Amino acid sequence: MPRRFSNNSSKDPSSNSPSFSSPSGKGSLAIKASSVKSNRLSQFFSVSPKSSKTEPQPVQATPQPAGANPNTASPPISSASLSLPTISLSTATADNLNMDEMSTTLFQPPSAEEARRLAKQHAQFGVIGHASHRYSSRHPGGVFPEPVMDEPPYYYLLTTYISYLILIAFGHVRDFFGKRFREENYRHLKPRNGYGALNSDFDNFYVRRLKLRINDCFERPVTGVPGRMITLIDRGTNDHNHHFHFTGTTTDTLNLSSYNYLGFAQSEGPCADMVEDTIRKYGITAPSTRAEVGTQDLHQEVEGLVATFVGKEDSMVFSMGFGTNASIFPALVSKGCLIISDELNHASIRFGSRLSGASIAMFKHNDMKDLEVKLREAISQGQPRTHRPWKKILVVVEGLYSMEGSMCNLPGLVALKHRYKFHLFVDEAHSIGAIGPKGRGVCDYFSIDTAEVDVLMGTLTKSFGANGGYIAGDKVMIDKLRATNAGVFYGESPAPAILVQISSALRIINGEIVPGQGEERLQRLAFNSRYLRLGLKRLGFIVYGHDDSPIIPILLFNPAKMPAFSHEMLRRKISVVVVGYPATPLVSSRARLCVSAAHTKEDLDRVLAACDEIGNVLQLKFSTGIAGGALPHVEGMTPPPEMEKEWHRKRAATIIPPRWRLDDVLQRGVQDVKSPLF
Amino acid sequence: MDLHETQRLLSEYLQELASLFHRVPGSAIFLRYVKSSYQDDPIRSAVELFLFLFAVRYLLAPKYSTKPGVVPLSDDEIDDLVDDWAPEPLVGEPTALDEMEVEKRVVIVGPVGPKSKLSNGRTVTNLGSFNFYNFNTNEALKEKAIQTLRNYGVGACGPRGFYGNQDVHMKTEADVASHLGTAACIIYSQAFSTISSVIPSFSKRGDIIVADKGVNFAIRKGIQISRSMVRWYEHNDMDDLERVLAKVTKEQARKPLTRRFIITEGLFESYGDKADLPKIIELKLKYKFRLILDETWSFGVLGRTGRGITEHQNVDAAEVDMIVGSLAGPLVAGGGFCAGSEEIVHHQRISAAAYTFSAALPALLSTTASATVNILQNSPELISQLRDLVKAMRAQLDPRSDWVYCTSAPENPLVILVLKPEVVAGKRLSVEDQQFLLQDVVDECLANGILISRLKMLDDGIQPKQIVPPALKVCVTTGLTKKEIEKAGTIVRHAITKVMTKRK
Repeated sequence: MPRRFSNNSSKDPSSNSPSFSSPSGKGSLAIKASSVKSNRLSQFFSVSPKSSKTEPQPVQATPQPAGANPNTASPPISSASLSLPTISLSTATADNLNMDEMSTTLFQPPSAEEARRLAKQHAQFGVIGHASHRYSSRHPGGVFPEPVMDEPPYYYLLTTYISYLILIAFGHVRDFFGKRFREENYRHLKPRNGYGALNSDFDNFYVRRLKLRINDCFERPVTGVPGRMITLIDRGTNDHNHHFHFTGTTTDTLNLSSYNYLGFAQSEGPCADMVEDTIRKYGITAPSTRAEVGTQDLHQEVEGLVATFVGKEDSMVFSMGFGTNASIFPALVSKGCLIISDELNHASIRFGSRLSGASIAMFKHNDMKDLEVKLREAISQGQPRTHRPWKKILVVVEGLYSMEGSMCNLPGLVALKHRYKFHLFVDEAHSIGAIGPKGRGVCDYFSIDTAEVDVLMGTLTKSFGANGGYIAGDKVMIDKLRATNAGVFYGESPAPAILVQISSALRIINGEIVPGQGEERLQRLAFNSRYLRLGLKRLGFIVYGHDDSPIIPILLFNPAKMPAFSHEMLRRKISVVVVGYPATPLVSSRARLCVSAAHTKEDLDRVLAACDEIGNVLQLKFSTGIAGGALPHVEGMTPPPEMEKEWHRKRAATIIPPRWRLDDVLQRGVQDVKSPLF
Repeated sequence: MDLHETQRLLSEYLQELASLFHRVPGSAIFLRYVKSSYQDDPIRSAVELFLFLFAVRYLLAPKYSTKPGVVPLSDDEIDDLVDDWAPEPLVGEPTALDEMEVEKRVVIVGPVGPKSKLSNGRTVTNLGSFNFYNFNTNEALKEKAIQTLRNYGVGACGPRGFYGNQDVHMKTEADVASHLGTAACIIYSQAFSTISSVIPSFSKRGDIIVADKGVNFAIRKGIQISRSMVRWYEHNDMDDLERVLAKVTKEQARKPLTRRFIITEGLFESYGDKADLPKIIELKLKYKFRLILDETWSFGVLGRTGRGITEHQNVDAAEVDMIVGSLAGPLVAGGGFCAGSEEIVHHQRISAAAYTFSAALPALLSTTASATVNILQNSPELISQLRDLVKAMRAQLDPRSDWVYCTSAPENPLVILVLKPEVVAGKRLSVEDQQFLLQDVVDECLANGILISRLKMLDDGIQPKQIVPPALKVCVTTGLTKKEIEKAGTIVRHAITKVMTKRK
């Protein structure tokens, strides 16, 4: 049930949000005082007991400027300060006290050239601000909780529908007149000279009348490395987004849009050096297919590394992630087989499934009960009409869903697999490298033996900063696939440069080269993901997905908020992706933040500050608090640990919407991130 | 409570209800309407009452499945069936052909060049890679790639739609479009996935595709996923194409106009021969079809400056609605492209699955493609040099061998050798036999220091089954001298003779 927030209106967040500037004894009094004002607040404090014990640090943090302008908390990184990003360390909030010592070592005056080099390097991969900004994520065991899907007040749902109605009505009116008075613009939509229309009017309506309006938020041209910062090439339009022209300038923005989870998008460092050596030695490509003469020693090396990394006997790599999925399904299943696919699976999985000729069924996103119902029906009824048993059933899920930020319920799937004997295919496009204490994907995260999953597929584009995809499995299976997979026979062989980027990234992650760096990347990513997510929850945003996911969708709902959010973020020099229908359900338009290990805490503070401001202006803070981010509870109110979940569930109905002040969010973030994000 | 009391209460309630009803605004009008319309019309009242009762019964009826043929089973029965069900293993046993396929794959250690080192330590003459112009070892291109690496990193870390749209991609698109002479161009990140995605983005259910029977795997997959109506014409048979087009036009005359496409290749992947483009254009214009031309094997190969079959046969590239090609083969970059009008390209940016849902091409491959396109454009002598070498190679094989003949076009640097029909008939060779025999030839060549490959085909499971004769693939490269090419050709010929004479 969506809940209305009545007293905590977003207009004035500071007035009734309690302050936590000093969570000592005095501070808890302050909390109590304010909680009397807001209704029965004291019952719903919820921070795990761990964090409330480890308080000494922020005690000294009391002299925070009260009601500080968010801009002072995290100054906008202009291009001037960009050239020396390390300076921004000094603005860190008081929870990292070691700052002072560090800045003295960092502040040896570098030469101009050195400064430029450092600036470039740090724009690609930020320096960690404090040793505490690390975390290792792992599923604690037990039943994997469903992500809590918060809903906005009905008002926002209603206005969303009305917005779409208005947009569609306007579109049709414009089409009606346009087709009569501006015929030349509609020529490709109509049959002409005996040729059928290239695009049908109906299919094209959404693109012309809705997407076109916000086209400037998509396909933004960029240049340079998509690392911690990304350089946008500025553009303008004179014909309402039909065409764009370059204005000749560029803007450096904080990059929360690229799938650069481990921060391997770098043009220098060990990976790039090894890639350069490879290009010099090997040339640019192996111009053939894998099946003919396109296999080099590098391919075998990378396949071995990938297999060991994901924990399978063997693997094969391809030059395109989409193509990997498009060609693997026809090699695995055919007519008489059944694919049961999560309804939110990626387009490449659908593409491949359709090519395979197998029957396709869907189950509700991450719903193990629904999957079981579908499995029981499929096995008991057999194939349609003939009722012959299915030859095999392949259940296809993704490790981490790129639009939802949710992880697959692997423990649930494995339990079902033991009972129903299906084959399990996990697409780790987003989860490999990004999830798990060792970055080895969902199996690592859930501590599940990889033997439980038959086929592990993934991309090398995202976490490893390269390109392509892989399939990992048993040696017998991979050997057969090498002889039956179309990608091997017809797809171009991955280029040596790409392969070495993959192998060097994998070696860094497993600590073979530059020991310690891989671990740092993994732990920073885990920390950053949780930090930003917790902050957004506390500020009052509705975010979807599981706590450890580096993909953080902020729900916007109203379609007009998509371009508004994108523009406002761009104005604050942060690039984000906004997505709406048809990539998401019609109502739940969202902005998607992709966190990277390359981000520093200060970067994320900047994002939080920007979101805080934009959230107020655009009325985006409408969470009810059931998904977490609620106020911490008072000592003595903590439930026993084994009852904790139960306790939270019981309280869920009466939770007060969290609307923290930005300062409090920034101050408490680092310590609270390491306990469950309620 | 006695009966009277109940009656009293009931009437009281009714009265209250009636007064409540009267208080509702507009109730008087409603009552008047009902009264007037039901006066002197008992049949209507009866019918309406019946309808009302029916509606109530319908709404209260238990739900039932609309799926035909579902057998209702109890939970225990389902459990039994689940226990009994024994699924097949995920992949089957490898066949003899599969085993040979994997076992015989060569591994190149170090760079791919005209001479390549294999994993067994031998250095062989490489006539297997599509490295026709030997761009792969070109130092200038390497420098350019490294420069790009130092500016862009390796991957683009995102799809084109979301901040993966790098300036180098736009430049490559512009370069390819201007080279071909089309209005616009779009690049994909894998050549093989390009056309499988281009076809379904335009041709949908109900549309009509007329395609050559000999088109490659990727096109056939694209056609399969489009769910359009397909008509096949005999390979490169223009009369048959005309017949099919006329037939389709006649059949569809009374139906609403749908999109119609002809799909063919410039240089065929499986046969190596050329399409007759001027004739196809003539027919396409006559019957009002759109043409999707796959130039994967002809772009960078045919024509004076490598623009492909349009340049070779003097056809304006703008006459072809969609030109699909590869940047991966002789251009030593990666990815594919589709060139055409603005509308056609724009449409793909939203609706072509392999573009929208895939990460962008790595920047260093994109700049390499731009650079090689530029080289081809400016050095036509490179292409004529290649043609001479192809001629020299063919001279050693086609007329002189008793066993094989060449199906590929004289300009095609990818020489495709097929066993002569009389040989196949005389020795009663099945398709599988031929594959094993040709693999023996490949092995024999390798033993003599020449690396060639076979035409590798996969069954795509699409009806009608495509029958492509097994073949050898010999790639010519400008990295070798004419003498070396001739010598290599002789070795290949002798290897064929040796293997074939051994076979009884």
